Amino acid sequence: MVKKRGKKIGHIKGFSIQFMPYSEIARLESSERIKKILEIIFGGDILILQGRLKADEETRLIEDTMAMVGHVKNFKGIELAVISGNGHSGFFGNMKMGFANILTGGDLGAVTIIGPATIVKEIKRNPKKIELMLNK
Amino acid sequence: MVIKVVKNFFKRIFSNMFRDKRDIKLGFYGPPNAGKTSLANRICKDFTGEEIGTVSKIPHETRKVQFKEKVEIDYKGKKLLFKMIDTPGIATKIDYEDFLKFKVNKKDAKKRAKEATQGVIESIRWLDDMDIVVIVLDATENPYNQVNITIIGNLAARNIPVLVVGNKVDKRKADIKKIEAAFPEYDVIGISAKYGKNLEEFYESIFKLSKKI
Repeated sequence: MVKKRGKKIGHIKGFSIQFMPYSEIARLESSERIKKILEIIFGGDILILQGRLKADEETRLIEDTMAMVGHVKNFKGIELAVISGNGHSGFFGNMKMGFANILTGGDLGAVTIIGPATIVKEIKRNPKKIELMLNK
Repeated sequence: MVIKVVKNFFKRIFSNMFRDKRDIKLGFYGPPNAGKTSLANRICKDFTGEEIGTVSKIPHETRKVQFKEKVEIDYKGKKLLFKMIDTPGIATKIDYEDFLKFKVNKKDAKKRAKEATQGVIESIRWLDDMDIVVIVLDATENPYNQVNITIIGNLAARNIPVLVVGNKVDKRKADIKKIEAAFPEYDVIGISAKYGKNLEEFYESIFKLSKKI
């Protein structure tokens, strides 16, 4: 059962959440890493990835996503959010943990959430919480 | 003959050196409808009398990177020459149906969506070529958006100086403090591109950043 703004909106069909440990993509090249992530998204699943992509891989993910909009049936893009493990969201939290993490990727204290835009309407975030708003 | 060759060699070297130093590539990045083109237009109009592109309430109005070269900004007697680069808004999703709400017909909406996706790709590919980047955010929107964080993360990794601008401060919902809290490592300036509010502070920051190139 899913709640939306405090109201029950019933069961949502047609999606599942996949958790992926970073070790599963750690040894892949950037392009393969992104390909693997997008394949999960094309399948209509929400991916929760342990760790985060490198800065340039995040932009590459956006580029590849845009390249696929209109080419994969019913694919309109992605919703993406990175939560770092030290209580700070995104890049700046990680900056405090050192640039090495960002440049080498991984940052196993972080979590990356990626979902297809047809299912995830919005990932609302502020420094203290993150909300996944789903499409009806 | 030898003297002429040597003279030309140095002339080329020096002219390249000075041209690169003077012609600062100033990129405007950010999410769609934040006011990148409005701000670039305001600057271009003030210093060249011409605008850089068209502005619209419909998202993804700018779908191709557009330029204005040799824009000489005069601030407190100091002058710097810029190449203004206005980029399409970066998004992670584009749905043609969103354009239908703006009374765009289905065929044009699909065309617009296709061009918008290509625009996002073009924007990202241009990141490497910038000397200074102005991240334009809508101050009435939540700044904790992964696209903003991703762009700034990339610029930091490339050592490109960044100025964060919160546009639309003329609106009641605008919250500059929220942007400052989201990007504590950067100078954040609240402006209104529409009404030309606080542009002096903006120019001051741009001149300050130009020293870091």
